[in-house]
Amino acid sequence: MEEPVIAKAINEEEEYVINMGPQHPSTHGVLRLVVSLKGEIVKNVEPHLGYIHRGIEKMCESITYPQIIHLTDRMDYLSAHINNEAVCLAVEKATETEIPDRIKVIRTIMAELTRIQSHQLFWASFGMDLGGLTCFFYGLRDREKVLDIWEETCGSRMLVSYNCPGGLMFDLHPNFQKSVKDFIKYFRKKLPEYDQLLTGNVIFRERTVGIGKLSLEDAISYGITGPTGRASGFSCDVRKHEPYSAYDRVKFNEILFSEGDTFHRYYSRILEMKESMDILEQLIDNIPEGPFAVKMKPIIKLPEGEYYQRVETARGELGVYILSDGNKNPLRVKFRSPNFVNLGVLNHISKNFKIADLVAISGSLDLIIPDIDR
Amino acid sequence: MNKPELIQFVKTLAPDCEAKEGKQYAEALVPGESLHDLAGKLKENEESLFDFLVCITGVDYGKELGCIYQLRSTKYSHNLILKVKTSDRENPNFDSLTDLWKSADFLEREVYDLLGIKFNNHPDLRRLFLDNSWGFPLRKDYVDDVNIVTK
Repeated sequence: MEEPVIAKAINEEEEYVINMGPQHPSTHGVLRLVVSLKGEIVKNVEPHLGYIHRGIEKMCESITYPQIIHLTDRMDYLSAHINNEAVCLAVEKATETEIPDRIKVIRTIMAELTRIQSHQLFWASFGMDLGGLTCFFYGLRDREKVLDIWEETCGSRMLVSYNCPGGLMFDLHPNFQKSVKDFIKYFRKKLPEYDQLLTGNVIFRERTVGIGKLSLEDAISYGITGPTGRASGFSCDVRKHEPYSAYDRVKFNEILFSEGDTFHRYYSRILEMKESMDILEQLIDNIPEGPFAVKMKPIIKLPEGEYYQRVETARGELGVYILSDGNKNPLRVKFRSPNFVNLGVLNHISKNFKIADLVAISGSLDLIIPDIDR
Repeated sequence: MNKPELIQFVKTLAPDCEAKEGKQYAEALVPGESLHDLAGKLKENEESLFDFLVCITGVDYGKELGCIYQLRSTKYSHNLILKVKTSDRENPNFDSLTDLWKSADFLEREVYDLLGIKFNNHPDLRRLFLDNSWGFPLRKDYVDDVNIVTK
């Protein structure tokens, strides 16, 4: 066992080197940032990862495809439905399974509910990072409504594993349509509160507008996707560019800004919640009749070859790559997780800002640490 | 460009690579030494303009180790897969693409950490998730009696 790397207190350029994390309230998990400071100015940020590395990609090599679904929940736990969907779509593409419309629509509805609750929690914790504790209570209060809908239908509140290869685990609960409609009605009223509380707040604006600017060129070069990339004007919404499930039959806007600062990264998520509700309204009354799952073989074997599938999670583009040799276990599974790639830009955009701004910037990237480590 | 056009285009840029139409995307198997050269041309050329490196996947094929690069153009939205392979399991190395795409920095460090593939000219090639006492867990011949439960 080698000696663990201990950061020096003062480095060669006479900058203070301090650890932010692994246990820090604003990193939302065990992320360790080694920050070099000149006075209060951030000169360098170096993320140290691996505190919750579970080797999901290695584990996938020894389990079957339906079992992989349950591991994907544990990556980005706020986008559990969408992670499941990515693996399901890849398996269905490989086995050339035709999926009925009912399943596609239900998957899309669930994915959009996921996006809403994820952005609600983002709003809640981002407000709290910047000192607005009320946000946290309001955000969690509204998120609870989505979790209740899931509990009714999926039997679980967060790590749902509701999608499985060939369809869904169970059919919808009889109350599902009514509860989703009630939720939309409720949340349409509550969303303006979010703007009143935080978006228009003078202190909040002072701390976010113009902070941590990311240009379009850099966003593409660093591979930044999701609301973070779209705030810089990078049109990267997989739902638009390569529609999967039922996204080809709904109308919605891709939220694009050109500013690319912390405020617009935050605001694009607020607007995305509205778009998600529009999608829900278009679909909730038009769920087609049909089976909730297609019969698959009891042991799913993918034909030899390579399969790529990408989906849009709440944080960006999740890519699944499966290399199969024809057995029931994959030879290699790779998850291109959006958080891992987005983290790479943190050093670039937080240079020469104050240490308090680093909290705002890393909060606006909306990092989920289990998805970075996998 | 669609798949056949892309393949033709790649073949004119690098005659020594094997390009074929994959199931989803056009694929090209590139010799390790001409990877950086080809990737740079693909990025800069006005017709292809692959400005977005989506992902680098390190793979252990059993005898060979390899990397799969997924490139995308944000302007034309076409995709291309570049593959490199090496049979050198002791000291596998490829050229780093960090000077072309900044996202390659973390992605290459991840591949190095889990598969032990080195990237020449990488500015800061250190392990990312694990410390140095570990081997390279995604290799097929990796044995860990303590931490891996076998049935």
